[in-house]
Amino acid sequence: MDPDSATAVRVAAAEQEALISGSEAVAVATRLADVDVLTAYPIRPYDTLMQYVAKQIANGEQDAEYIVAESEHSQFEIAKHAEAVGARAMCGSSGVGWCYAFEAIAVTPALRLPLVAMVGNRALDDPGAFGTEHNDALAARDLGWMHVWVDTAQEALDTTLMAYRVAEDRRVFLPCAISTDGAFLTHSQTLVKIPPQTWVDEFLPPYNRGDLRLHPDNPITIAPQVNEDWLMEIRRQTDEAMRNARGVIEEAYRDFRRIFGRGEGNPFFEEYRTEDAEVVLVGMGTLSMPVKVVIRKLREQGEKVGFVRVRWFRPFDHERLGALLSRFRAIGVIDRDFSMGSPFNSGVLANEIRATLYAQDRRPPVVSFIAGLGGREVTIPAVKEMIEQTRRAAAAGKAPADTQWIGVRA
Amino acid sequence: MARTISVEVVYRGIFQKTLAKNICRGIVLAARKEGKIGISFGRYGDSPERNGIPAKNFAIVAPNEEELQLSMAQYEPETTDVTISVDDMLCKGVESWAWYGLQPINQKVRDQGTLIVTSMLPAEALINFCHTKPTPYRLAVIPAIPSFSGLWVYKDDHTDVRILGALPKVCPELVSLDSIQKAIKEEWNDDLKVTSARRTYEHTATRTVRPGEGNPEVPFKFDLPGWTKMREGVTIDGIRLGEPIKFGDQIGGYRPARNPYFKKYTTRTMRPVIDFDKCIKCTLCWLQCPDSCFDVTPDQTYDLNAEACCGCGVCEAVCPVDNCVTMVNEAEFADNKSQWEAYKQDKQAYQAWVDEKLTHRPERSHGFRYRGQYQEQVAKQGVGPGGAE
Ligand code: SF4
Ligand code: SF4
Repeated sequence: MDPDSATAVRVAAAEQEALISGSEAVAVATRLADVDVLTAYPIRPYDTLMQYVAKQIANGEQDAEYIVAESEHSQFEIAKHAEAVGARAMCGSSGVGWCYAFEAIAVTPALRLPLVAMVGNRALDDPGAFGTEHNDALAARDLGWMHVWVDTAQEALDTTLMAYRVAEDRRVFLPCAISTDGAFLTHSQTLVKIPPQTWVDEFLPPYNRGDLRLHPDNPITIAPQVNEDWLMEIRRQTDEAMRNARGVIEEAYRDFRRIFGRGEGNPFFEEYRTEDAEVVLVGMGTLSMPVKVVIRKLREQGEKVGFVRVRWFRPFDHERLGALLSRFRAIGVIDRDFSMGSPFNSGVLANEIRATLYAQDRRPPVVSFIAGLGGREVTIPAVKEMIEQTRRAAAAGKAPADTQWIGVRA
Repeated sequence: MARTISVEVVYRGIFQKTLAKNICRGIVLAARKEGKIGISFGRYGDSPERNGIPAKNFAIVAPNEEELQLSMAQYEPETTDVTISVDDMLCKGVESWAWYGLQPINQKVRDQGTLIVTSMLPAEALINFCHTKPTPYRLAVIPAIPSFSGLWVYKDDHTDVRILGALPKVCPELVSLDSIQKAIKEEWNDDLKVTSARRTYEHTATRTVRPGEGNPEVPFKFDLPGWTKMREGVTIDGIRLGEPIKFGDQIGGYRPARNPYFKKYTTRTMRPVIDFDKCIKCTLCWLQCPDSCFDVTPDQTYDLNAEACCGCGVCEAVCPVDNCVTMVNEAEFADNKSQWEAYKQDKQAYQAWVDEKLTHRPERSHGFRYRGQYQEQVAKQGVGPGGAE
């Protein structure tokens, strides 16, 4: 038997299937990762995670400290401190809840606490709005948190395991936010393969904080007053850790493939039908579903279209993504977020892509789209329209200067 | 053509914050009268809202905007024409944060520049506190007690204008007495203040401090680690376990390890003197000292680590025995040596030393303890009412 089919047999034999949502998949991953401390404060859609964890603990399936705080700020502080003493922790929130914890969120990277948090992406509460939008997680995009966007419940489970492995690597020790689109992922149940504990144990070593562990046997002071004589060096250390994360992510995915038998391709972005594509769309999260469906249909009609889904937003794989995207004739970037007053009035991703392409010799036109805000569906006709506009840019060799709002009532 | 002139005021956080600001404002406003341009600013990183912490304010005066910008492009001037120490105990050195090390008070004073100190001590005593310099500089002493006030209150005892009045005398290039007087009149509208400035101008004399004169100690300093060497995670070593204290054959007690990067003693204007024979070993000083300054001696008494003490006076306040822990003016001490060792070496001599020290209890403290204390002080020390000359 060749090694590949041996893995396949092993996979089929060992994994169990369950019908669970993306949040529930993250909850299962916290059980498999034997997370020590989970902190919670309810806000939709993140609360689906805390509910499922509570259920697992109540059912005797999971053994962990489960702390419901009085606010998101405390929730993140408790998780931070748990990480400081060497406990593996899970935290999370959504929308303005995530923002309320911002003081804790902002200092977590400098303290090098490998906290993993689920962000159930949610609009920032323009009265009561709870549909998905990526501005919550993106508010912390520059601070030293790793950010990954997933698009299926399976990927949510696998990525949570991956996140601990990468975050807790001594070369990294940075927090990681796993973004899961509200509703589409947090409230939809799909069939998910749950790996056996032995695989997870092989993949994920215990969290060892080493000389940075706060413990009576290792007397240290964490976070003393720092002023201008220190802060730049601290920032540079965080920067180095984030640079290191690129290689560590590669290693983790390689190991994951070896043990779990899935997760092919570049960890940082997924390529869908890009092989001979002339135009591609680029996006993050669950809008991948309608986009892929449209691309399949257009491919049947012989059109050379493809999709690139950015998975790891921080660290950003500018080298390979830039090399890949420079091959196409035009690129359409869909942002499920906004960045008011930014260059070209684009969302965040479009300008990251523009910056990435700047280092390339060939720079295809970039058409930027804003779509699906506040949880509005990115429909099949909308995707078609975006591909059509991108194709026009390819033909003209030039993109419209301004960002296109898709599916907005005039 | 006129050149850019830098003046530095070294002061104590909170207690002299307004004083330092007034002096620097006065310089710039007076220079403006002569068509010059200037800036007055505090060293932001000092965080001067901490009791007694050594902090700095600067006034830069330039002939024109371009020259001023040239100097402003570097936030803190490397050398000063005049450094003003508004508390004479700052002559022992300046340490505002961890890792700064000890900066001599005269560190920035240029060759032939001037150090002005407000003090009731003679120039010779002050020079003994100041670290030696390889180049000569001049010292001017303005007789005054340190003008300490609070965060919300300002003690208008003319210290500000007296220093302003001294400036045209020691550095005529900076500004004329006439301009200083005009600026004071405009800023305070107080003729007595104008007079105080002129009197100080008339009385101020300088004495040259030669290279090598002063405290020969090499001030402690540290190298700030680079990002590749620094411990990660904004983490520093905790205070390590300490060790017993040895004296002759005697071994016992406990001396904790202390932060080697932040000694803090330049914050104080007074320090505790301990009468070990009076100590009833109640532990209160040791427990209550906010900076863990006390070592447990093999006798089970408590010895001061004078490098760590910021002079807050809590130990004196909590000690239940009269005259057992007594705060004494910092000016009475030349070093940070162990009191307990001196006691062990010669108890009689130590007792005499304690008795002598106790005659120098601080009239000045961080603020005033009762109404009228300031008036009492000036009456006793011979400085005219309100500090005016
Ligand atoms: S004055 Fe006394 S209580 Fe205050 S720091 Fe010094 S030793 Fe400690
Ligand atoms: S507070 Fe006074 S009596 Fe008590 S241990 Fe300290 S020095 Fe001795």
